[in-house]
Amino acid sequence: MEYVIFFASAFVAIVCALLVISQKNPVASVIFLIMAFVAQAILYIQLSALFVAILQIVVYAGAIMVLFLFVIMLLNLRRDDFGPEKHPLQGWLTRIFGVVLVAELIIVIARGVSQSESVDTAASDFGNVEQVATILFTRYVFPFELTSILLIVAIIGAVVLGKRRAEEK
Amino acid sequence: MLEIAIISTIKVIFVFVALLTACAYMTLIERRVVARFQTRLGPIYAGPNGLLQPVADLMKLIFKEDIIPEHVDKKIYTIAPLAAFIPATLSIAVIPFGSSITIFGREINLVLSDLNVGVLYVFAITSIGVYSIILSGWSSNSKYSLLGSIRSSAQMISYEVSMGLAVVSVVLVSGSLNLNVIVAHQENLWHIFSQPVAFIIFLICGIAETNRAPFDLPEAESELVAGYHTEYSAMKFGMFFVGEYANMVTVSAMATTLFLGGWQGPGDSGILSMFWFGLKVFLFLFLYLWLRATTPRFRYDQLMNFGWKVLLPLAILNVLVTAAAVLII
Repeated sequence: MEYVIFFASAFVAIVCALLVISQKNPVASVIFLIMAFVAQAILYIQLSALFVAILQIVVYAGAIMVLFLFVIMLLNLRRDDFGPEKHPLQGWLTRIFGVVLVAELIIVIARGVSQSESVDTAASDFGNVEQVATILFTRYVFPFELTSILLIVAIIGAVVLGKRRAEEK
Repeated sequence: MLEIAIISTIKVIFVFVALLTACAYMTLIERRVVARFQTRLGPIYAGPNGLLQPVADLMKLIFKEDIIPEHVDKKIYTIAPLAAFIPATLSIAVIPFGSSITIFGREINLVLSDLNVGVLYVFAITSIGVYSIILSGWSSNSKYSLLGSIRSSAQMISYEVSMGLAVVSVVLVSGSLNLNVIVAHQENLWHIFSQPVAFIIFLICGIAETNRAPFDLPEAESELVAGYHTEYSAMKFGMFFVGEYANMVTVSAMATTLFLGGWQGPGDSGILSMFWFGLKVFLFLFLYLWLRATTPRFRYDQLMNFGWKVLLPLAILNVLVTAAAVLII
């Protein structure tokens, strides 16, 4: 049963991820990305990291993708709006970086497989609310607060930019 | 293993049927109650006292011609009603609707899934529900739908923040994200008394989240025809309709669980606890109708100002005071 769920959701995640980059309609891409995120959340649940799974849905599938959809809808983007690839180097650079990325993934996965025993021990009660909170507010409290400052700066920046545009009009 | 599977299946079917029946009869109760407010009679001809009206409505919706307008984005247009219906029915799964009953010598807890992050689960599912509104508005390719969906999603996103903060203060008081623990914590004192501000914020946000009067701008008939589901007909429209009512039931059930002591009441048998739960949920549903019949609609800028400049600061202040109080006591 566990294997069935695992392979089903892993399959859905991969197929949806492929469809995200192959769709011409950006709204369809966003929908497939949401489905990929949800499938990923199911994988987290299987690792008994329920809290992480729910955060994945709240933050990525619930909040960030809504913003994506808003931007696409309001600007009414279509594939043609991006125009043909402009720089001749662009094609080559994508290929080079693609190869680098694949190589990196292979190295990381190969290293992960050789240490696969450590995953099981971590999975037993990893990622419930108390544990995440304890780690977040003790060991990682400084980066955590730093992130909140970063977010506030971003919000103020957005407000300032939006205000200036309104005044110019 | 098999036993658990059978019990769970029965519970799922029971809750699903109960939810859909509540939605169906909510439409009838709404029409009768609003009619009374306006000194009319409402639908009384189908069955005794109009009791078969929901069945008639359902038949009508199923057999009506399903028109798909020419200019719509077909795939997304078809997905959107499902995206409204499914999350609306999923979120009821973590809400405890009674203590426990004993059938054939087995004790059965009256909750579908006793998650220890139940509160967050409800929020996760609600946040998925926004998609149906955005997608239906966008794919319909109609200005009324698009305007309605932009209004609605902006409204839902704005009020979700305050709603979350109101729930956070309840979580702070009871010290758990598990809805069963939250219910148990209210044994002596309901949270409506210890967290009155949070209760009022939750109630207002809940009404705004479900797009009901006086926050029903997304469907403002006089300006937008019907909002995001203008272009839908037959059962596709029916799904939006059921989704909206299921959301109302869910918000009422959440309000009951978080603030009114859930299924607790005099008497401790399982059936009685289900009755108390149902009664409290019905009180909230009646409040919805009462508000709809008696309040005028907000203006859009009033809605946004109220959400961001009144409710949000109040909610943050409430969390701050609650956290300080919890820390001291």
